[in-house]
Amino acid sequence: MESAYIIETIVKVVIILTVFSALAGITTYFERKVLAFMQRRLGPMHVGPYGILQVAADGIKLFTKEDIVPQNAVKPIFKIAPVFAAATAFIAMSGVPFLPEFTLPFTDYVVHPIVADVNIGILFVVGVMAVGMYAPLLGGMASHNKWSLLGAARTVIQMLSFEVVTGLSLIAPLMMVGSLSLIDINNYQEGGIGHWIVWAQPVAFILYLISGYAETNRTPFDLLEHEAEVVTGYATEYSGMRWGLFAIGEYANMFTVAFIASLVFLGGFNPIGIIPGGLAILLKVSFLIFLFLWVRAAWPHIRPDQLMWLCWKVLMPLAVVNILITGIVLI
Amino acid sequence: MIDFTQYNNRNISDDYFYLDIEKPPVTWQGKFKRVVKRTLSGELFVGLWIVFREMIKFDIHTIQYPLEKLPISPRYRALHQIKRLVESGNQACIGCGLCEKICISNCIQIDTKYGSKGRKVVKGYSINLGRCIYCGYCAEVCPELAITHGQDYEHVSEQRAHYATLPDLVTPMDIFKAGKQKPYPGFGSLTPNADNNVKKTPLAY
Repeated sequence: MESAYIIETIVKVVIILTVFSALAGITTYFERKVLAFMQRRLGPMHVGPYGILQVAADGIKLFTKEDIVPQNAVKPIFKIAPVFAAATAFIAMSGVPFLPEFTLPFTDYVVHPIVADVNIGILFVVGVMAVGMYAPLLGGMASHNKWSLLGAARTVIQMLSFEVVTGLSLIAPLMMVGSLSLIDINNYQEGGIGHWIVWAQPVAFILYLISGYAETNRTPFDLLEHEAEVVTGYATEYSGMRWGLFAIGEYANMFTVAFIASLVFLGGFNPIGIIPGGLAILLKVSFLIFLFLWVRAAWPHIRPDQLMWLCWKVLMPLAVVNILITGIVLI
Repeated sequence: MIDFTQYNNRNISDDYFYLDIEKPPVTWQGKFKRVVKRTLSGELFVGLWIVFREMIKFDIHTIQYPLEKLPISPRYRALHQIKRLVESGNQACIGCGLCEKICISNCIQIDTKYGSKGRKVVKGYSINLGRCIYCGYCAEVCPELAITHGQDYEHVSEQRAHYATLPDLVTPMDIFKAGKQKPYPGFGSLTPNADNNVKKTPLAY
């Protein structure tokens, strides 16, 4: 292993960690603003111009807040659980190619903006994201709190159900491509908007989006931390930076889901017309993130029984039928 | 045995009617049909469109409070004020003590004495603003429109008991001399067309 490769990997890891930790904060700002505008409010306005420094204020608050560990909590697990949330979210990103490969300016050194180009990329990403389920589960069960326990129980029913749909919805496009590598999937869609997989697999795209919302606990499926029912669910007893790690993990997961959806279904980082590939994927991811916020403003969330009904009686059969039809067409 | 039928009858008006709500389907075919219908009817997109439309319209209703304030009603009952007589500049309070009597939270105290001309003058007047519930009875009962409620609702104190005395309540002289004492437009004040309603009292009837 040459030293340049190691240095490059370390630099990429550091960049991903910093950029996405910062993006998590910035996304909370945009989330508050977009939600506010959609509800005819102004959102944060007082800290800095148009409230832009609210992110910094929140960060300072999170870092300096007292770290409370409940008396009867299972302390080691309670303390380690938030790390799972952030760690799995960032480990999952190691398999995601964020941008097309480019040469460093003034050199001829080619950079692949992916930390680990494993040939089972999407399987790795989806698998590690699924491990993230342990964070709310362990945190909720270790908290010695009824709301946390309920939140943990809901985590299991939600994540476990929707993991099935995520996998099944991704199988159909993977059958078309014939490779699990995200770069192969991206290259398969070369040649403009008409070659995007979403046109061939609209059902799989919608299924993946729905299950992506469920996996990142976003609004129609945010029943693990629904305030009106279970206070904040698994995060009830968490404060300060431990809660912050949960939040960073959630937002990092949102970005991973948005990147996967763009890569698998929306043509990835292939250039669209005059728009270069790097910009194209960032636009797609921005739109998908906006969609996350938009949906949160517009739709109510559903009951646990409706969630299970939706997952097992509607989405899973649809995914299976979609795979069947794809298979028949491919043969 | 009492006949309860008239008490159990909840149809207080003929205007009430039952909504024509579709009965939930019983058979699985019916349920399936309803699911498909609801899925394809695009109701979810109506919701998305509505919030997006509101964002585009950017019709923001936020009042940024310390910087912007909503206009309040002239009848709003905020901090008390004691007015001065426009003609003489003396305080309008005649020391009748009605406000002290009517105050339901016992937060007004008034002390009077005989003045040099043999008239009653107000020696001391204080309102415990921490006790006051701002019911407005003092302003309502005042025969001279002397004690009124102003519009200034931003006041805090460090203790529960927070007294306002005569110098705090009476319109300051410089403001009065500048003609800036606003007439009280609230309850009991003269209406704008009061002049037209005045008739001379006849000497013989």
